[in-house]
Amino acid sequence: MAEPLIALKAVTKTFGSGQTAFQALKGVDLEIEEGDFVAIMGPSGSGKSTTMNILGCLDVPTSGEFLFKNLHVEQLDRDQRALLRRRYLGFVFQGFNLLARTSALENVELPLLYRGEAKSARHKAALDALDKVGLADWWDHTPAELSGGQQQRVAIARAIVTGPAVLLADEPTGNLDSERSVEIMELLTALNRDSGITVLMVTHEPEMADYARTIVHFRDGLIDRINGEASSSALAGAG
Amino acid sequence: MLGTTILLAIREIRRHMLRSFLTTLGIVIGVAAVVTMVQLGNGATAAVQQNISSLGANVLQVRPGQGFGRGGGGAQPANFREEDVEAIASQIAGVRAVAPQTSASVTAVQNASNWQTTLTGTTADYFTVQQWSLQSGRVWTSAEETAGKAVCVIGETVADNLFPGSDPIGGSLRLNNVTCDVIGLLVSKGQGGFQDQDDTVIAPIRMVQRRFTGNREVSSIAVAIDERYDADAVQASMSELLRERRHIEPGEDQDFNILDTAQISEALTSTTTILTMVMAAVAGVSLLVGGIGIMNIMLVSVTERTREIGIRLAIGAVGKEVLTQFLVEAIVLACIGGFLGLLLALVLTAAGATLVQVPFMFDVQINLLAFGFSAAIGVIFGYFPARRAAALNPIDALRHE
Ligand SMILES: Nc1ncnc2c1ncn2[C@@H]1O[C@H](COP(=O)(O)OP(=O)(O)O)[C@@H](O)[C@H]1O
Ligand SMILES: [Mg+2]
Repeated sequence: MAEPLIALKAVTKTFGSGQTAFQALKGVDLEIEEGDFVAIMGPSGSGKSTTMNILGCLDVPTSGEFLFKNLHVEQLDRDQRALLRRRYLGFVFQGFNLLARTSALENVELPLLYRGEAKSARHKAALDALDKVGLADWWDHTPAELSGGQQQRVAIARAIVTGPAVLLADEPTGNLDSERSVEIMELLTALNRDSGITVLMVTHEPEMADYARTIVHFRDGLIDRINGEASSSALAGAG
Repeated sequence: MLGTTILLAIREIRRHMLRSFLTTLGIVIGVAAVVTMVQLGNGATAAVQQNISSLGANVLQVRPGQGFGRGGGGAQPANFREEDVEAIASQIAGVRAVAPQTSASVTAVQNASNWQTTLTGTTADYFTVQQWSLQSGRVWTSAEETAGKAVCVIGETVADNLFPGSDPIGGSLRLNNVTCDVIGLLVSKGQGGFQDQDDTVIAPIRMVQRRFTGNREVSSIAVAIDERYDADAVQASMSELLRERRHIEPGEDQDFNILDTAQISEALTSTTTILTMVMAAVAGVSLLVGGIGIMNIMLVSVTERTREIGIRLAIGAVGKEVLTQFLVEAIVLACIGGFLGLLLALVLTAAGATLVQVPFMFDVQINLLAFGFSAAIGVIFGYFPARRAAALNPIDALRHE
């Protein structure tokens, strides 16, 4: 079997210190293959977002290892992790997080600016990405002029414009009605299928999780089950 | 990369036009104030020099007091007497003409109009010494001078105000209740410096002493020197003569001064230069305040834009890029402010020059300096907020409401 794209080994995360210290992750083991579509589920406060932040190289584990393409991310500094995000990762947030008063096109162009792409290449790539999410005609609209579903699709265009290896989405449909949610899920599925992007998504809703190939269940800072099977770390934690 | 950063900064500035405008306002005003002050000061200096050079070369001004335009401590030194004037005229070699002067502030009245002006009492030689010529009429005769007749020669400003649209020659005006016949009108010397040279009434000294100052004193003496003589030597012998006449012991400081045109020019120029520097320094403080304004608004903007910074960091901006962006934003804002300030200064200098009657002088150096200074303010006061933005944790920043 090929090396997994992502591997978490005995990852813990503790917030604060001393009396107020709180262990949000208690030893997470997880391997994700390239091209997978993973849904992370679990009760509120079970450590889903904390895990996503670590997988997104936005945060580092307190202990344990995080391998991305066999690279020890936990040993990288802040700027190196930023460059890793720039090169390989795309983010979609629950609250869309588009720049206000900025056209869809400029929002989508933003990651390319940090890659130092020329203006014409930027334009073309951004328009292509907007086309993929079905918003090519809306390129000059600002977030205030777009519906929630459209804003999230712009955010997805921004996440995929650089051709990332991994798309991380923390509750991408959390702020959308079910019809819009289905549209977003179909979009993510298409991206996963057609562009081979590995998709990691946190969701509360089983209907959304059904779009994924792998479903990871969290409970109390540990992985409880993967695709219905009890996880080794959960067993270790229980044992 | 820097090009991109500048682009980002300009986009950001354009997106927040009002905030950007308010941010730069302090710099605009500061730069405009400094540049205007310096340029107007330069104009004033030029005007003073122009005025003085119109006094003519080879003219010495003799005045009581220790320095030109400087008020010494202690008792007011005595004025000169008419005998001093006669002694200079008769005993010093190389003196071409001597014009004693005494002056009084008067209200000139003609029909229903009145005008506040300065009355100078002098001799007919004054016109030669001070290089005044007449555009019409005549100077008083020596008979009129000795008799102290109430006649006068007026400057154009006085004529314009009291005889609008009519010929003043042959007319008369009342100076503090003394009726005076206007016999001559001076050629305009133009306006300039701190006073209007054409705002003057000149009359025989005897008349002014008798009816205005009430004494026979002379408050200053203008002496024209024959070009063939050495001005320094003439100055020295005059000084010696006056020390003797005013009973000043050898080694004692003299209580009068004799200055030639160049020396007066120097004294006045240094005065206006100091004045200019003081005003520019005051304006400089406002520029500094403008810089603090930029820092303030940039700090607010970092807080306000925390989520935006979080997005940039998540997307893959490294801290240095966020720092550069905010720094460039501050610098671009400061430079825009500086540029607008220079434009405003141009307008203000032009308006001010017309208002206070000094020549319009564009000073390239101060313009460049002020612009460079505003850019520096952008760097200095932009750095702190920029560093703060760059140090934000992306997760916290994204969560920020
Ligand atoms: N920055 C933080 N400081 C302290 N506690 C935190 C922080 N982030 C998350 N936590 C805590 O860690 C636990 C897991 O949080 P999170 O991963 O966000 O849960 P969720 O599964 O709902 O996404 C929660 O109890 C939360 O309160
Ligand atoms: Mg969460």
